[in-house]
Amino acid sequence: MKTSVVIVGGGPAGLAAAVSCYDAGVKDILILERDNCLGGILNQCIHNGFGLHTFKEELTGPEYAARYVAMAAEREIPYKLNTMVLNIEPQADGTKLVTAVNTEGLMEITAEAVVLAMGCRERPRGALNIPGFRPAGIYSAGTAQRFVNIDGVMPGKRVVILGSGDIGLIMARRMTLEGAKVLAVAELMPYSGGLKRNIVQCLNDYDIPLKLSTTVTKIHGQKHLTGVTLQKVDERRRPIPGTEEYYDCDTLLLSCGLLPENELSSQAGVQLSPVTSGPVVTSSLETSVPGVFACGNVLHVHDLVDYVSAEASTAGKHAAEYVCNPDHTEARKLRLRTEGGARYTVPVYAEPEKMEPQLKVYFRVGDVYKNAVLTVSALLPDGERKELSRKKKNVMAPGEMEQVFLKKDDLLPLPAGSEIIVKVEGNA
Amino acid sequence: MIKELTCINCPLGCSLRAEVEIVDGNPVVTSVTGNTCPRGEAYAKKELTHPTRIITSTVRVHGGRLAAVPVKTASDIPKEKIFDVMEVLRGIDVNAPVHLGDVVVENVAGTGVAIVATRTVE
Amino acid sequence: MQYDVIVIGGGVIGCSIARELSRYAGKIALFEREEDVCEGTSKANSGIVHGGYDAAPGTWKAKMNVAGSKMMAALAKELDIDYKQNGSVVVAFSEDGIPHLKELLAQGVANGVEGLEILYGEDCQKLIPNLSDDVVALLNVPSGGIVCPFSLTYAMADNAAVNGVEFCFETEVTGIEKAEEGYVIATNRGTFTTRAVVNAAGVYSDVFHNMVSEKKIHITPRRGQYCLMDKVVGGLVKQTIFQLPTKLGKGVLVTPTAHGNLMIGPNAENLEDKEAVFTTAEGLEDIIRRASLSVKSLPTRQIITSFAGLRAHGDQHDFVLGEPEDAPYFFDAAAIESPGLSSAPAIGVYIAELAAEKLELAKKENFVAERHIAKAFHQMTSEERKAAIAENPAYGNIICRCETVTEAEIVDAIHRPVGAKSLDGIKRRTRTGMGRCQAGFCTPKVTEILRRELGLDYEEITKTGKGSEILDHRNKEVAGK
Repeated sequence: MKTSVVIVGGGPAGLAAAVSCYDAGVKDILILERDNCLGGILNQCIHNGFGLHTFKEELTGPEYAARYVAMAAEREIPYKLNTMVLNIEPQADGTKLVTAVNTEGLMEITAEAVVLAMGCRERPRGALNIPGFRPAGIYSAGTAQRFVNIDGVMPGKRVVILGSGDIGLIMARRMTLEGAKVLAVAELMPYSGGLKRNIVQCLNDYDIPLKLSTTVTKIHGQKHLTGVTLQKVDERRRPIPGTEEYYDCDTLLLSCGLLPENELSSQAGVQLSPVTSGPVVTSSLETSVPGVFACGNVLHVHDLVDYVSAEASTAGKHAAEYVCNPDHTEARKLRLRTEGGARYTVPVYAEPEKMEPQLKVYFRVGDVYKNAVLTVSALLPDGERKELSRKKKNVMAPGEMEQVFLKKDDLLPLPAGSEIIVKVEGNA
Repeated sequence: MIKELTCINCPLGCSLRAEVEIVDGNPVVTSVTGNTCPRGEAYAKKELTHPTRIITSTVRVHGGRLAAVPVKTASDIPKEKIFDVMEVLRGIDVNAPVHLGDVVVENVAGTGVAIVATRTVE
Repeated sequence: MQYDVIVIGGGVIGCSIARELSRYAGKIALFEREEDVCEGTSKANSGIVHGGYDAAPGTWKAKMNVAGSKMMAALAKELDIDYKQNGSVVVAFSEDGIPHLKELLAQGVANGVEGLEILYGEDCQKLIPNLSDDVVALLNVPSGGIVCPFSLTYAMADNAAVNGVEFCFETEVTGIEKAEEGYVIATNRGTFTTRAVVNAAGVYSDVFHNMVSEKKIHITPRRGQYCLMDKVVGGLVKQTIFQLPTKLGKGVLVTPTAHGNLMIGPNAENLEDKEAVFTTAEGLEDIIRRASLSVKSLPTRQIITSFAGLRAHGDQHDFVLGEPEDAPYFFDAAAIESPGLSSAPAIGVYIAELAAEKLELAKKENFVAERHIAKAFHQMTSEERKAAIAENPAYGNIICRCETVTEAEIVDAIHRPVGAKSLDGIKRRTRTGMGRCQAGFCTPKVTEILRRELGLDYEEITKTGKGSEILDHRNKEVAGK
């Protein structure tokens, strides 16, 4: 089987990439989705707050997904459900051999370009290495969300949540509305990992305490969870003796971060960033393997689906360009680096000749910065620094994705070997 | 009286400062600062006088491909009515098919606001 | 109900004995207090098939280990389970350790272990490139191997069941009394009479032994904690790396597992609580610190889970095997700690033969020695995959994306002779949920399959038997505040 573009994943990223790829003139597209419907994780995100940027109105997750599913349907973009991609293998002739499986059999699809849009997964308990028993009643917040919102079943009645990621905050409210008692949300860090508005409308509205610099240090209950011990931690995140507090609960939800799911990418030879765990991409969102693009949470974890859609549109468009333009000679690349509080940038390379007039660069900070100053400068090969932009922000926090724009006109004159420095300074 | 609050309209989460005066025993917001857009001002005024929220939940479905259909209040409802709305939803059963946008309950808990389905379940 | 033999305990030892007993014509049952086999010490185990250099010559440990590990390769083939002879090494970090290595070598030779040699200096790092530069010498044990302890236990249980052994789960033995002929066994499900009893009750084997014998034994639950790491680092080392025991205690190991993960542990903590299978912050820190000594760089960021198990350590430091003098027809397989897994095949044969001889049970003509399970999708070639899906479309439905486990394998695990009834049962039989996401994505899917195949309600789905229900109630059944 042959197709121009294979899109791995039919969630918000995959759908937006497919739509923009189609609109850019490449109509021979195939979306491969492992679940039994399109829309991805949005289907279980039944809360509102999606789409303010994209549609200028506030939608729930399923409604947002339905808009993109409708756009794909209007364009009659083909897709396969319940289909798992097992392998992506770059071929000598530049094509990619995509192996996928479903109940009809094993498929081998030769594609000119591939868009990676597999999303991310939650950090499990094991990765946190919380001591204690291993009883029933411990879920990642997303697994609980799936049970409650899709299957209509509740894991328990008395809940403690570890981690103040957005899914955990959303689930604190959701389970409270369903009659559970959410006793506390514990956060290891001295600041929340989620959006401020979720603290207000998910915790404060329901008098759920947020305990910062606090973690779970013991799991109680051999067969089923009977309680957890919460403990304060010091600046080095070590539990402080004597601060133990026992919580009688039957459910522990973990909302301790998301990890881009890149096993397929790394098998395909795609270079990954140790900071984001996502592919290293250019301003075209092209990975280190030519013709393989990445977007959405597989690239880096986003806080807003609107940004996922925007990013995926870019990836879809560039995948179409890749297919339409047989000249795949490598463009000039300028590397983006971070200084100060900025932890990473996406993309990692800007290609001045190929980029749009304006390039949106996403990044996150590693700590909370007050009175922050964000500067972008060019570091020329001779060591000279040229400031390109400067912006002030009252607060920057790790839970929120930040963005800054690069202008094509600023980058075009820079000599080869120049670097772009994204720097955040402020009071940590 | 100065009140500090976080706007919940969008992920920016602006920190707002609102000046509140009591006029005839009712709070009146006289000024709002810290907002980046007009919605912030509107939010502060509402939040400090008659706070409202959009509520999302699920309702049981019979005969559908899924056991539950997600729903929301078609617009925001008074905050103090949240659990009254949930109590109404506890007693609701619908039969498939349900379509996105279908009204599941009219005038839920006397709020004048409808509960609508946010997904199609066939 | 009159049995010929009741085996108490469904761990690897009980299942091995049950399987060997099923070669004989007799009415045999296995009583297990949990809902499945492999729920105690056997599930929290290093999975090492020891060479046999470690035990003092003449002990049961030495005899059974050497005999058992020699049986393992053939047994694995017969029972369709993974076994790898990956070799193991014992490392010394200073010259002081070399005499100790030589002692182990001599002991191994005395026990009949083949291929032992000591390597010095750079030869150590040549054998194992990621070995710590601090290692100055090592004992190479090429006969050492790894096996999945779950697979081995399930396989022996399935095979025993096919050959007529009755498995009674959630059956907790509360008393054993000598009768005129044989024993009366009291359980939470009633009283049973049997001509003979096999005591394979792990950390509880002293309790049952002491019910019938005046020659008391005492077992100390000795806890060991482990960390398991992602498969991406499973290739860090090929061999199992033991440290020489020092004054500070027995060293921890670093090993690949039979399924390609990397594992570290265990420490050793003597406890009295026979249920203390929980990890502790200190214990986990300790094994990470000590395992770090063995290799150049231990990838602790790749830890996906941690767990603890209790070894049944007998005060006499050796296995207790056979009939106590004052309790004929009661057969102990007690105080089985390391190298228990390696010894399991041999202990099974030994105890079954003892019991069969005493009871004068005849060998069956129709014993089925082979056992097969649905082939794992992730081990198939493309051609095999195509054929498998064509024959059974459920092979095309991937349920566990981390370990690439299909619906067909899960359904097979549920309907085996001793089948899975819970999430953990499916996990240990098929690896569903054992990967890097630790069942985040597949739990709802497996729940659906269990519901469908076993006709269960949501509220009846358990992690590991009664009391471990994973879901509480339907939405809207409980009022908000």
